[in-house]
Amino acid sequence: MTYSAHFRIWRGSAAGGSLQDFDVDVSEGEVVLDIVHRIQATQAPDLAVRWNCKAGKCGSCSAEVNGRPRLMCMTRMSVFTEDEAVTVTPLRAFPVLRDLVTDVSFNYTKAREVPSFAPPEGLAPGEFRMQQVDVDRSQEFRKCIECFLCQNVCHVIRDHEDNKPAFAGPRFFARLAELEMHPLDTVDRRKRSQEQHGIGMCNITKCCSEVCPEGIKITDNAIIPMKERVADRKYDPVRWLGARIGRRGDGGAEV
Amino acid sequence: MSSVTSAPGRAEVEARTLRSDRWWVSPAVTFGVLFLFVVYATWRAFEDRHYFAEPYLSPFYSPCLATSCAPGSSDFGAAAGDWWRLSPALLILVFPLGFRLTCYYYRKAYYRAFWLSPPACAVAEPHRRYSGETRFPLVLQNAHRYFFYAALVFNVILTWDAILGFRNEDGEWGHMGLGTVVLLANAALLTVYTLSCHSCRHVVGGRLKHFSRHPVRYRLWTYVSRLNARHMLFAWLSLFSVAIADLYVRLLATDMFSDPRFF
Repeated sequence: MTYSAHFRIWRGSAAGGSLQDFDVDVSEGEVVLDIVHRIQATQAPDLAVRWNCKAGKCGSCSAEVNGRPRLMCMTRMSVFTEDEAVTVTPLRAFPVLRDLVTDVSFNYTKAREVPSFAPPEGLAPGEFRMQQVDVDRSQEFRKCIECFLCQNVCHVIRDHEDNKPAFAGPRFFARLAELEMHPLDTVDRRKRSQEQHGIGMCNITKCCSEVCPEGIKITDNAIIPMKERVADRKYDPVRWLGARIGRRGDGGAEV
Repeated sequence: MSSVTSAPGRAEVEARTLRSDRWWVSPAVTFGVLFLFVVYATWRAFEDRHYFAEPYLSPFYSPCLATSCAPGSSDFGAAAGDWWRLSPALLILVFPLGFRLTCYYYRKAYYRAFWLSPPACAVAEPHRRYSGETRFPLVLQNAHRYFFYAALVFNVILTWDAILGFRNEDGEWGHMGLGTVVLLANAALLTVYTLSCHSCRHVVGGRLKHFSRHPVRYRLWTYVSRLNARHMLFAWLSLFSVAIADLYVRLLATDMFSDPRFF
C-alpha cells in the first residue's frame, strides 16, 4: 500500500539553511532513509546524506527525525501516521557540512584523548586467560557502533558549545568504563575521568541511554559506575584513609 | 523560546525542539508528584503531633530520639535529650532526605522536572551556562554512598517498627492489624529501594576488576544488578509507601479511622 507523505528536510550549510518541503510516495515496510533516498532520486539530486549499511550497524545515517536523534535506516515509516509531517534535520550538536551531513570530528578528537589499553609490562600474548564474567561488562560497550547519537543528544555539549573542550561525552565515558573495568588494564582512569574527561558534568539525565540504537545502558552501566569509582578516588575519605594505611596502595582500587 | 542548541557552524534551527510527541508530560507529572510529596512531608515534619498511634509509629518520626516524643514512641531511646525543642522528625529526616536527594534516579527526575536541565531529551534547556556536578553544592552528590549506609540503618529501624506492629494497643504480642501490613509493606519497599541503589551495586562488587577472583561478591553484584534495573520503580513505590504509612498513622492518631485488627 502506498501513500503520499509530507517531509520537511533541513537543507543548507554552515552559512545558513532552512527546512524544505517534499511530498513523496511511501510504500509499506520502508524506513526514513528509503524516503530520503527517494527524494534524492526524484526531487533533490544534490541532497547530501551520509549512509552506508542500511542495517543499523555502521552508525552513518544518524540524524534527527521529528526532533529525536535516530538512525534513519532504523526508523520505520510505520511509526508515523500518514498525515503526520516528518521532519529530518542533521545532528544539532555538531557543525553542519551540508544538508544532513555533519562534521563529527569532535568525537575523533575526544577518542584520541582516552589513553589506550595498557596491559602489564612483560605480559606476553597468550599468558593470560580471561574468564567470561570478567569481560561481560566490557563487552556491552563493545557493541557501540559510534553513531554518536549519545554525543549529539547530551545537553552538556548540545546546549553548551563552550563545554566541548572539557567534556568527552557519553560514548567516551563508556570507553573509559570499558578500560577501567578491564582486568588487565593498568592505567588508573578514575581521577582523569573527572579532571580531564569531565564526567562530573554529567547529571545522569539518561538521554544517552534513551537514544542508543544498540540498547547499551550507558548511564547505568558505564557513567554511574565510573562516577562511583571517581568517588572512591576523590570523594571518599574512608577509602582514602584505607589507601593511606597501605591496604590498597593505588588509591583504593580493588582488583 | 529561542534555542540554546544553536552555535556557530551548526544547522540553523530556531525551534527549541522539533519533537512532536508530548515530551512535557513526563517532567510535568514528575514535578507535580514530587512537589506534592515535598509539601506533604514538610508539613508533617513540622507538625510535631499525630505521629504515634500505639503500636504504630510514623516513618517520618522513626526513630524518635527526643524526650519530647510521644510517650511510648522512643523505641531506641531519647538519645537527643531534652535540648531539642523542635519537631523530632527534623533530627532524623536529613538521612532519608539526603539519600533520595543524592539518588541517581531522583537526580535525573528533578534535574529534568525542576531544573529543566534538560526538560526532556533533545529539548533545549533554558540555562546559558552549565557546570553539572563539578562545583559546590552539586559536587556533594558524590556523598551518596554515605546516605546509602545511613539508609541501611533506617531500614533496620523501620523493619523493627513494623515488627512492633504485631502488638496490640496494650503492648501485648501476637496481634496484627491493617497498620502492621502498611508498615511491613513500607519497610519492604524501602529496603528494596535501598538495596537497588547504584552505590550499593558499586560497593558489593561493582568496583572490582576481576569478578572471577571474588565469586561471592560477583554473585551479590548480579543480585543487586537485577534490582538496580528497577531502581526507578522502587524509588516511586517507596516514596508513595512512606507517605501512605505516615498518613495512615495520622488518621489513626486523629481518630479519623479505626485500625482493622486481624487477630
